[in-house]
Amino acid sequence: MSDMLFEVRDLKCYFKSGKKTVKALDGVSFGIYKGETLSIVGESGCGKTTCARTLLSVYTPTEGAVIWNGKDTASLSRTERTTFRKENQMVFQDPYACLNPRMTVSEIIGEGMKRHFSYSGEKRQKIINELLETVGLTAEYASRFPHELSGGQRQRIGIARALALEPECLVCDEPVAALDVSIQAQIINLLMRLQAERNLTYLMISHDLTMVRHISDRIAVMYLGVIVELSDAEALYENPLHPYTKALFSAIPQAEPESDWLKHRVPLLGEVPNPINPPSGCKFCERCPYVMERCRKEAPQLQEQEEGHFVACWKSVRSTSSHSQQRLCRGESTGFALQIHLTQENA
Amino acid sequence: MERLIKSDFVIEGPDKTQEIPFDSVPVTYGRDAWNRFRKNKVALTAAILLLLLIFMVIFGPIISGYSITESTNTAIRNNPPDSKHWFGTDTMGRDLFNRVCVGGRVSIAIGFFGAVIVTVLGSLYGGFAALLGGKADMVMMRIVDILSSIPNLLVIILISVIVDSKGIGTILFAMTVTGWCPTARIVRSQMLQISQSDYCLAARLMDISPLKIVIRHLIPNTMSVIIVDATFRVPGFIFSEAFLSYVGLGIQPPGTSWGAQAAGAQGMFQFYPWQLLFPAGMIALTMLVFTLLGDGLRDALDPRLRR
Repeated sequence: MSDMLFEVRDLKCYFKSGKKTVKALDGVSFGIYKGETLSIVGESGCGKTTCARTLLSVYTPTEGAVIWNGKDTASLSRTERTTFRKENQMVFQDPYACLNPRMTVSEIIGEGMKRHFSYSGEKRQKIINELLETVGLTAEYASRFPHELSGGQRQRIGIARALALEPECLVCDEPVAALDVSIQAQIINLLMRLQAERNLTYLMISHDLTMVRHISDRIAVMYLGVIVELSDAEALYENPLHPYTKALFSAIPQAEPESDWLKHRVPLLGEVPNPINPPSGCKFCERCPYVMERCRKEAPQLQEQEEGHFVACWKSVRSTSSHSQQRLCRGESTGFALQIHLTQENA
Repeated sequence: MERLIKSDFVIEGPDKTQEIPFDSVPVTYGRDAWNRFRKNKVALTAAILLLLLIFMVIFGPIISGYSITESTNTAIRNNPPDSKHWFGTDTMGRDLFNRVCVGGRVSIAIGFFGAVIVTVLGSLYGGFAALLGGKADMVMMRIVDILSSIPNLLVIILISVIVDSKGIGTILFAMTVTGWCPTARIVRSQMLQISQSDYCLAARLMDISPLKIVIRHLIPNTMSVIIVDATFRVPGFIFSEAFLSYVGLGIQPPGTSWGAQAAGAQGMFQFYPWQLLFPAGMIALTMLVFTLLGDGLRDALDPRLRR
């Protein structure tokens, strides 16, 4: 877990829309270690997908760099770029849009293999059949067309297509958001099994907080193009430091709404500001219940509050020095943690 | 906060007990489209009618027993339809059924070839505009905007005056010289849309070359749109040709077409209405058949309707 596969340094990705600039990513830094699952959570439009796509050089970053295995992805040589493409694959959100309707399953999975490996046709077909078994289908599916398959089956094909290149990293852009809940569980389990079998690294994009907790080693919370909190999964759920994270977690519906969950709800007011014209200072200042004067002027940077737990908030910075603030923070989060333990025991 | 526990996730892989067995033959894209087309009774009827029409214009003269180059016969001028002359005879004593079949060859040929020409030109132009992108795309599409802002009729009249011949070739040229513009727009927008799709992104992420993406992803997925568009263009050309012949800019004697026949018969409509009704009816029927067929094809081929 120590080797860094990706290192993202102050990544900015702006899109021009007419005369205005949409700041989809506004200074994001994080690392992905080999073999881990890093999840990015946040509400719609906060830049999760842009982040994933910039990581894979689909979009050219406006500023900043993506370092892959010690090399800047913007200046890879031709052969390095081919390797980069082979080693990093993507699983898409919409299983209906991610497969070419005019190709058979076999052609879809074999497309990338033809590019990167020089197998004979027979061997390729054998590997395709094995891959189909790996993702829980049968070799019978090889000659089928996408329109003959259900959403869950298509998502398995999408995963098989990514695995066909034997990558070391999979970027999953909301891989289960478009599926039924029962199918979601199957796909997530499949992804976890594959990770264990093949020692894959995952960057998981999601807004399903329960699922993310189940699968992640570390979690980054994004809001309006910046990471507001980055931490080990358990630490984040048990002790969320950023007010936005708290609000996000308190919005997870509970099985027993009668419990004291409601008392700890952190309601958020207003809407996400337009990324064309984000607020100055802390991006969250307009909706934050604990907003201070400083928040409106200066943007906080990610700082390590506890070991491996980074947060970008002026309040939590102060809370380490001020005893009363600290107690307030702790008080809330202990209630939260307690509740988690209760439900765990119930389960 | 509810945690997911292991027993929440049991089934992995397809549920063998509930799996619906496949048919023995994979359903190809074309077969799937044909299955849907077949269920559409209106479109199927239109397709059968079209085949009958084509059969009639090709073999009609043989069936009627009159030769195509039959001479005029003043003894049987302007006869109403009877058992000998199914559609009656015209002002020169020629069998009208025979004449309608011969005229139909010209009308349908112009409709068909016109659609083929604009489709090929428009697809190439629109395809290149989409692939080149950026400034080239911008310039190419502004040219299309300018060309399609010129009134069609004006272009056709100018060309037939300049070229000074009124054969099928001239009419086809005049009608297609700006006619490919709408096709170019459709093909360009479809190609751009597909190149933004997830499966094209997946291909790019697998480092597939742009040429292969065009051949394997863009063109096959644009074909259905092109075919549907071509089908809708046919009645337009048939009607334009009929209109041109009607105002005297189209096919000239001794050649004939449905439009020319309708134009010739209109003066005597009060006395010999069948001379106008039969060619005009054929124009209307052919246009209707192509429009219904196009509707059916669009429903059968449109990938957006397949979910």
